Amino acid sequence: MEHSTGSSRVVFSTRGLTKVYVMGEMEIHALRGVDLDLYAGELSVMLGASGSGKSTLLNILGGLDCATEGQAMYGDQNLVRASDKALTAFRRDHVGFVFQFYNLISSLTARENVSIVTEISRNPMTPEDALSMVGLEGRMDHFPSQLSGGEQQRVAIARAIAKRPDVLLCDEPTGALDSKTGVRVLEALEYVNRELGTTTVVITHNVIIGQMAERVIQLSDGRVASIHVNERRAAPGELHW
Amino acid sequence: MRTLRLKLVRDLTMLRGQVAAIAVVIAAGVMTLVMLVTALDAISLSRNRFYEDFNFAHVFVDLKRAPERVSEQIREVEGVNLVQTMVQAPVRLEVPGFGDPVRGQVLSVPNGGQPDLNRLHLREGALPESGRSDQVVLSEPFAEAHGLQAGDSLSAIINGRLKTLSVSGVALSPEFIYQLGPGDLLPDYERFGVLWMNRRALAASFDMDGAFNRLVLSLQSGASAGPVMDAVDGILAPYGGLGAYNREDQISQRILSQELDQLRVSATVLPAIFLGVSAFLLNVLMARIIDTQRQQVAVLKAFGYGNRDVAWYYGLLTALIVVIGCGLGVVLGGWTASGLARMYMEYFRFPAMDFRLQPRVILLGVAIAGAAAGLGTFRAVSRAARLPPAQAMRPPAPEAFHQTALERSVLWGWLSQSTRIIIRNLSRHRLKASFSVLGISLSGALILVGSFQFSAVDHLIDTQYRLVQKADTNLYFSETVAPKVKTSLLNQPGVKAVETFRDVAIRLRHGHREYRTAIEGMNASRGLRGLIDTSYRDITLPADGLLLTGYLAEYLGVEVGETVEVEVMEGQRRTLTVPVAGTVNEPVGMGAYMERGALNRLLREGPAVTGAWLLTDESREEALFDRLWDMPLVTSVGMISESRASISSYIEHTMLFMMGFVLVLAGSIAFAVLYNNARIAFAERARELATLRVLGFTRAEVAWILIGEIGILTLVSIPIGWGLGTALAWLLNQSISMDLFRVPFVITHQTYAFAAAGVLLAAILSLLFVARRLYRLNMIDALKTAE
Repeated sequence: MEHSTGSSRVVFSTRGLTKVYVMGEMEIHALRGVDLDLYAGELSVMLGASGSGKSTLLNILGGLDCATEGQAMYGDQNLVRASDKALTAFRRDHVGFVFQFYNLISSLTARENVSIVTEISRNPMTPEDALSMVGLEGRMDHFPSQLSGGEQQRVAIARAIAKRPDVLLCDEPTGALDSKTGVRVLEALEYVNRELGTTTVVITHNVIIGQMAERVIQLSDGRVASIHVNERRAAPGELHW
Repeated sequence: MRTLRLKLVRDLTMLRGQVAAIAVVIAAGVMTLVMLVTALDAISLSRNRFYEDFNFAHVFVDLKRAPERVSEQIREVEGVNLVQTMVQAPVRLEVPGFGDPVRGQVLSVPNGGQPDLNRLHLREGALPESGRSDQVVLSEPFAEAHGLQAGDSLSAIINGRLKTLSVSGVALSPEFIYQLGPGDLLPDYERFGVLWMNRRALAASFDMDGAFNRLVLSLQSGASAGPVMDAVDGILAPYGGLGAYNREDQISQRILSQELDQLRVSATVLPAIFLGVSAFLLNVLMARIIDTQRQQVAVLKAFGYGNRDVAWYYGLLTALIVVIGCGLGVVLGGWTASGLARMYMEYFRFPAMDFRLQPRVILLGVAIAGAAAGLGTFRAVSRAARLPPAQAMRPPAPEAFHQTALERSVLWGWLSQSTRIIIRNLSRHRLKASFSVLGISLSGALILVGSFQFSAVDHLIDTQYRLVQKADTNLYFSETVAPKVKTSLLNQPGVKAVETFRDVAIRLRHGHREYRTAIEGMNASRGLRGLIDTSYRDITLPADGLLLTGYLAEYLGVEVGETVEVEVMEGQRRTLTVPVAGTVNEPVGMGAYMERGALNRLLREGPAVTGAWLLTDESREEALFDRLWDMPLVTSVGMISESRASISSYIEHTMLFMMGFVLVLAGSIAFAVLYNNARIAFAERARELATLRVLGFTRAEVAWILIGEIGILTLVSIPIGWGLGTALAWLLNQSISMDLFRVPFVITHQTYAFAAAGVLLAAILSLLFVARRLYRLNMIDALKTAE
């Protein structure tokens, strides 16, 4: 599992990561021993059909869920053994999330949706700077109901990056958007990754988005099926679906 | 439709917490309604039957002495049906094994037979045998209080002569459903009893052969009492008639009907509040359920279910909650009604309590609860029914928020984002927030209504026995005596102070209103009997004119400075016009007061008194009572501590029982309202709260948004609840003022604090219940679902 781009510093490292959900009398093996390293500053895309385990993996990396077995190291912190309190602190200090359905707080303006994160962060940028980075400097005082879907998702990205997270985890960030709007969101993600050097993981089932990644990690049936390094990364503007 | 029914059961199971909370509130409303209306029915039916079956008279009159033939004149008065003359007399009784003084009232029955009017309902034994002069029938409560049965005996001092009486039977009389001794405010079954004996025997003891001193009559149907009473008064005036009165002024009937009026008010007010709150809760719950089930509605409609089916479904869901509540309410109502009726049986003695849970009452409860629920859910259900399927398929649009004036103020900048979320949520849903505030305020108001009387009653008893009745013993003489009797009373064992008074039975009249009471003439300088104004300061007795209890002045509609007509019920029975010099603020009884000298002058008599108040040494009480009873002129000795105890226990039994009941219900409503609020707030915010958790907020920080919202609603509601509660308490207080006593309208700081604490406790409990859900909040689910 060589990699050729970005720095060689490993941010995340999982070994034998297993997740079993018990649903009544059934056991569902969502992850069956995932070994994977993610490097500082890289933008990787995780592809897989639904049920492949990609969301479960992202949730464990983001400290939202606990693995059943194995280890998931963030630096020298093993997330598998971390307490709920430690996971909350981990999310607060290191992780930025972007969700498929934006998950903005409808009662807060764009600026306030970002402030809600900067207020609890150690070294945040200003909400205004974060919103400028995603091209929304003109819509800062709008409420979510006054923004389009693409704009809402860009607010969500601004909210995720405003704390200057070490990693940015995006779960189907374009899943609810049309192609044109989706591209604008991906441009914002790419720009942030380039400008801030934030390790970025994008989950999608859209193979085309893989073209903008440094590495494309294919998951299947709870395992890493393949890792493909892009020789040439496509700019988001070049993508069509 | 089978599947739809299955869904109904599942929905009910899923919402069981909220369903239970609402059902409890509905049950509370139905229960109070069923309980109060059933008790009301039971008491009025029992009373009416007793009156009818035992020929309760319509008009009553006491007099000095009239020959029997006078009754013939009265029989001829137009409108008179039956006339019954009798002899009555006060006696002193000595019950074996009971040390306290016992007063008795003996009434005659025709020799060996039942009277035509006010017939006796024999509970055991028989009427006195014809010709026997030593047999008596005892009133049942008195016999019960002393464990006396037919065949037992007791002693009586009849007109100064000690006589041993044998109990031939025990009975109830329609005249004494509420058995009150003369001058008493409350029944004291140990110290006052009613006895019936053969007329010939009683007449012989009181020199009443061929004469009578009491007459009762019944009216022909359709005849009105007024003209008959006037005619009777005219006929009996030469014989010392004390003025006829009708059922309305008959003490037992009067108190019974006031009690029924009170029940009627409670039966209207309390269920109205409870059912109003449940309508509100149902409204909030159904609106919420329908919002979350938009897509299910869409799917149902897409598959061909009609608007009517959808409305039927949600209507049925509401109906089931109502049915659960009503079922619970009817069962509890029936059960508590029998308890309430039994409690009334202690004070009101009927031969039988016709207690039955009537279908009419149950139907009424169900109908009112159903109407309240229908009103509460109509809007939400019809909105669901009208929802076009295509629109229902889409998730509801994100809620629109706009900046408010507050946000442009400096203050806004200081608020944290969480606080801004709370404030925006509240201001966005102003109507819902106002309803929540109203619901919580009402529950707080109910707690206040349920608790204020506890301290108000303490206040009443404190006022009456610390400021008004400062003596510990009172005694009455059988006739007027010279004021110097004070000296001989002071020489009795343990007597520390004595104040004498002149007491005269009167009828007060002002305009169309009249009231029978007594004037107490007392010394200007008083230590044992207080007369207080509304600020609880002692009033100086004016040299002339009447002081009236404020409630009596209000009843008569007379202002200070105006005059009232005073019909003196003794001697020459003159009618005088007397100015009202002021009012006194007494919580107990309805009386009139004058300076004693002024009263003596008014009655055209020399200095004379009819009774005395004593302050005594408790340790020598027994010796004192023995001595007092030996004084020939003393007809009655009363212990004020006893009357204090009986008034306290009466209030505790009747009023505080009801209030305690209201308090328990108020507490459960407070919880139901707040729990529903917290649950719904949680359900609506779950996704946002989960998002915040994902963004790195701790559980405590996320919980703050929920706690803050409920907290603000609660804090805003508390003062409003105080206001509403004060108003409700005032209304309730007005409606339950009666001759017997008026609970002062006093709400202490403690009561306000108690109401606030009750609401806060309910809020904390509800949040604790919801905290469990918050703890289990699944972050991952929240990310997956669309708005």
